[in-house]
Amino acid sequence: MGVEIEVSDLNAWYGTNHTLQNISLRIPANHATALIGPSGCGKSTFVRCLNRMHETNPIGRVTGTVRVGPTDIYAQASPVEIRRRIGMVFQRPNPFPTMSIYDNVASGLRLNGFRNRKVLDEVVERSLEQAALWDEVKNDLKKKSGASLSGGQQQRLCIARALAVDPEVMLMDEPASALDPVSTAKIEDLIFQLKSQYTIVIVTHNMQQAARVAENTGFFLNGKLVEFDATHKIFTNPTDKRTEDYITGRFG
Amino acid sequence: MASTTAMPPLRARASNRFLRVVVNHLATAAAVGSTILVMAPLIAIFAYLLFKGASSLNLAFFTQVPKPVGETGGGMANSILGSGILLAVASLMGVPIGIAGGIYIAEFGRNKRLANMVRFTADVLNGVPSIVMGIAIYTLIVVPQKHFSALAGGVALGIMMIPTITRTTEEMLLMVPLNVREAALGLGVPNWRSVLSITLRTASPGVITGCMLAFARVAGETAPLLFTAFGNQFWSTSLNEPIAALPLQIFVYALSPYDEWHRLAWAGALVLIVLIVVSVALVRYVAGRGVLKGVS
Repeated sequence: MGVEIEVSDLNAWYGTNHTLQNISLRIPANHATALIGPSGCGKSTFVRCLNRMHETNPIGRVTGTVRVGPTDIYAQASPVEIRRRIGMVFQRPNPFPTMSIYDNVASGLRLNGFRNRKVLDEVVERSLEQAALWDEVKNDLKKKSGASLSGGQQQRLCIARALAVDPEVMLMDEPASALDPVSTAKIEDLIFQLKSQYTIVIVTHNMQQAARVAENTGFFLNGKLVEFDATHKIFTNPTDKRTEDYITGRFG
Repeated sequence: MASTTAMPPLRARASNRFLRVVVNHLATAAAVGSTILVMAPLIAIFAYLLFKGASSLNLAFFTQVPKPVGETGGGMANSILGSGILLAVASLMGVPIGIAGGIYIAEFGRNKRLANMVRFTADVLNGVPSIVMGIAIYTLIVVPQKHFSALAGGVALGIMMIPTITRTTEEMLLMVPLNVREAALGLGVPNWRSVLSITLRTASPGVITGCMLAFARVAGETAPLLFTAFGNQFWSTSLNEPIAALPLQIFVYALSPYDEWHRLAWAGALVLIVLIVVSVALVRYVAGRGVLKGVS
């Protein structure tokens, strides 16, 4: 089941560049939350702070607290533990190129030392089904490389790979921006189904996409969270003038 | 199209097209010519070796040890085995150290002084003449032990393998895209595990090529063995005694005044080059089976 995420006073830097400034918000469990804003506004950095990926960059630095469920992820857990509980899907599909479809999905468990074959088989099938990819690949699981799939299939493979470790939260950083409309629709359907079981945070440049999949939406601008509210409120009656300008296409 | 009016007159276009075809053919011819030039030396060497050496190859060559001067026949069985032992010792030493060094420079030591020193040392080591390597190992191992040995020869070759392997491993690891590394880290895989199981595995075809290059290079080395493995006219499998090696035996026979030995030297050269080609092909085949090839 998904858990709530509570962010307070989050600041992030790349070197001397203060990319996120005093972000505080509460992301509800088992809902999809969209983050919108122009390029470079900090929304990708924000999701990367939620699973401590930001600090893998040698010049990345973070202050503030992030609670995922009961855990303060910066004070009470190692980055490795946290990333097991919080799955991530990236902008460009990134299956492991030397691994078969099966090995890609099983990789998260295997690389953490899990070896039971029967359970692995079940997890792989369940995850691929959840990612709506099972029917397309079930005959080539061990024959085909993950990299031989189409772009949309690769992205669903990456979603299956993230689901296989049974996370509580799924972070998606523009998961459909490199895909065609048909694949995009499939990813959106998936998000719709997955949000009953996981807390989903999705970064998107596509405002219709935010409106379609997310209950709540946050608008980022220049490293600040300008407005965070129910999606229909953000898109129909935003409180902040800047949000309205962005939504109506006056800038960005 | 709006740009129709901007197109050059028909005649000019026709001559452009002619020029384009000519240039295209010239470029193709240059590329094919260069390909032939690259392959020609190898083919020429191989053909000449076949011509000179094949006639002296017989079962005895692969089963007997050298005969004393004046007797005909004899073979290089001990040299073939000796080369195998020397290269096994060299690979056991050079491959793990070389790969580990490359992993350190590329993954753990970025922008650290030690990594820069390792990289610099590897480059310098690569440029050390092989005869100097032989003398160095002579001083370090042979002199204290007071005798030549297969071990000393293997160590000399192993050290010569390290820089090539380290530098290719580093370069191949750095070519693995950031998003593949992030995929592993994002799954909650510890960094060391991600480096070994994902980054190194993704880079493995290139790393194996580097190992094979180093292997093929030292397989034909003579100079570092002169003062270390020394050579041996008899059977020996002991790491603690002087051992025969194909390049050494070829060297000795080729310099001798006897026609019989010259023929054996040619045969030895042919066997050496075939063994190198076969072992490289074999490793590539075995290693390649473990890796699924992606289409993209």
